[in-house]
Amino acid sequence: MWNLVREHLNDIVAAALFVIGFGDLLFQKNMIKKIIGLNIMDTAIYLLLASQGYIEGRKAPIVVDGVKDVSAYINPIPSGLVLTGIVVSVSVTALLLSLTIRMYKKYHSLDLDYCLMMARREG
Amino acid sequence: MEFVKNFPFFSIMLCMFCAIICSVLNRHAAKHFTRIVLLIVMVLSGVLLINTYNSGESFVYYMGHFPAPWGNEIRGGCLEAVFALFVSTVAFLSVVAGGKAIEFDIEDKKENLFFILVCLMTSSLLAMCYTNDLFTGYVFIEINTISGCGLIMVRQLGKTTVTAVRYMVISLLGSGLFLIGVTLLYTLTGHLLMSNIQESVSELLQSGDYRMQLTIVIGLMTVGLAIKSGLFPFHLWIPDAYGQSNVVSSSLLSGTVSKGYIFLLIKIYMRTIGMEAIEKSGVLYVCFYLGIIAMVLGSVLALHERSFRRMIAFSSIAQIGYIFMGIGLGTKAAIAAAIFHIFAHGLTKSLLFISSSEFTEGSHSKSIDDLKGLGYKYRYSALCYSIGAFSIVGFPLLAGFISKLLLGGAALGHGPLQWIALLALAVSTILNAVYFLRTVVYLYIPTEHIDRDNEETVKVTNTNANGKTDKLLLLPGMHCPSYVIGISVLVLLNFLLGLCSGPVTDIINKGLEVFR
Repeated sequence: MWNLVREHLNDIVAAALFVIGFGDLLFQKNMIKKIIGLNIMDTAIYLLLASQGYIEGRKAPIVVDGVKDVSAYINPIPSGLVLTGIVVSVSVTALLLSLTIRMYKKYHSLDLDYCLMMARREG
Repeated sequence: MEFVKNFPFFSIMLCMFCAIICSVLNRHAAKHFTRIVLLIVMVLSGVLLINTYNSGESFVYYMGHFPAPWGNEIRGGCLEAVFALFVSTVAFLSVVAGGKAIEFDIEDKKENLFFILVCLMTSSLLAMCYTNDLFTGYVFIEINTISGCGLIMVRQLGKTTVTAVRYMVISLLGSGLFLIGVTLLYTLTGHLLMSNIQESVSELLQSGDYRMQLTIVIGLMTVGLAIKSGLFPFHLWIPDAYGQSNVVSSSLLSGTVSKGYIFLLIKIYMRTIGMEAIEKSGVLYVCFYLGIIAMVLGSVLALHERSFRRMIAFSSIAQIGYIFMGIGLGTKAAIAAAIFHIFAHGLTKSLLFISSSEFTEGSHSKSIDDLKGLGYKYRYSALCYSIGAFSIVGFPLLAGFISKLLLGGAALGHGPLQWIALLALAVSTILNAVYFLRTVVYLYIPTEHIDRDNEETVKVTNTNANGKTDKLLLLPGMHCPSYVIGISVLVLLNFLLGLCSGPVTDIINKGLEVFR
């Protein structure tokens, strides 16, 4: 049992983080907490991806002195995906934050439910 | 043919560059430039459709001529081409017909920003439609979400901001689930290209390993895309998003954006994972039953809604249900019917949203009750709206009738499922008829506000129903040539889909044959 946990520690942590982030994004009322949840969720996916590409004892595929054998390097594709994912999540976070600022200026609250109620009342 | 293979790439890039260039143009230049680019994309997709239809084959295009594991791939076939044609047509006609509505809702200096969003949305939809790489699909899903959020935001009111925030949050939940699905699929198969994944999955199926993991992956991706397209029970964002934004945004969001996700889902089912694995996972039942519930519930909610635009938005929930029901049936005929419904609904919904703009702006009210008698004031819009309403209810001669016929026909022979499907179709159609025809009847209720002059012109136009578009151009309100042309073409396309459904279903069937 303990061995299994140790073998899949990254996956377990990633799954836990994903659930926490997803729950935050879904259930928190405060927009800032929602955005933090979004980032936790994305980080969990990057952890999962990066750990899938990592092979024990190997290095990043950057040629420093002469071309080494393929067996010296880790799988670079997941790292590339993580980079792309980070770019996406940064832009989405920026957009959400700017929307939050705009919402706060209008309704003076970060509570999405409250703002929704106020918006409904406007008609 | 060799040169035509470049067209998918050209259309995606054209839209993207158009978006970039629009940022430095003034509003008139941006408007015309966007229209021209969308028209070019329409022509390119049309030529591609003719070519792929004649050759009956699909092709793979290597970006930058790097083959598979290093480069990115685009795949073009009949189905992709016809979907691209649909997306660009709806986008073009919405932008053309809604020109006045855009000017009405958006500040002059910011109008070019709206066209950036339209171009970005179109290019991401085209990329989602053509791509052969799952991760590229994810990236363009996010771009689509961002541009969709912008489209809701363009009408700068407090409530659209809140709606956009909610749309964004719900969409991000969906794309998070989709991304983790892609990640897990990558760890299972070691590939990101759709055709390679399919090979690995069929090997996995034969060996019987990782059955559970595969089911989880399929579930995550389906739920992710279902959230984004607004299937019941993830539909809560739809009424506000479609009901409060600018009409052109609503028409684009409901007509094309939500359909793009569904097209990607069909692509994942048929080309990435393969129908065999999908059927074994049982996810089709989930799609089917959720679709059935959405069909009935969306219609019931629309029946209770008093706000006009929100009512049309609620009907979108029901129509998304139809499409998911078709996918849930799982046979080729059912999926062809679902794709036909995507086209029929996209064209009809844009027509409804855009023609409704005049009533809500004209009467300064959103309520259905205030529609009374407006049919005499805005005759052409009311006529087009009525045709759209008839089409969505499923009157013969119109697009909605054929799609319901195809869905009903595809449901036959499914054992107990066929009764559920047919019953839900019947109930939903009746409810559709009740709430849509109610608005049509309200439009044509004579009210005492109409003065004598108006009544006389009504009599005149009623007697010579043919050549009256010329006269209607002179009517007050938001009428302008581009509006009339735009909605007229939408009406024509509705009739075309209804009357000449044969060629369209033929194209879809031929596309589905090579869609693997």
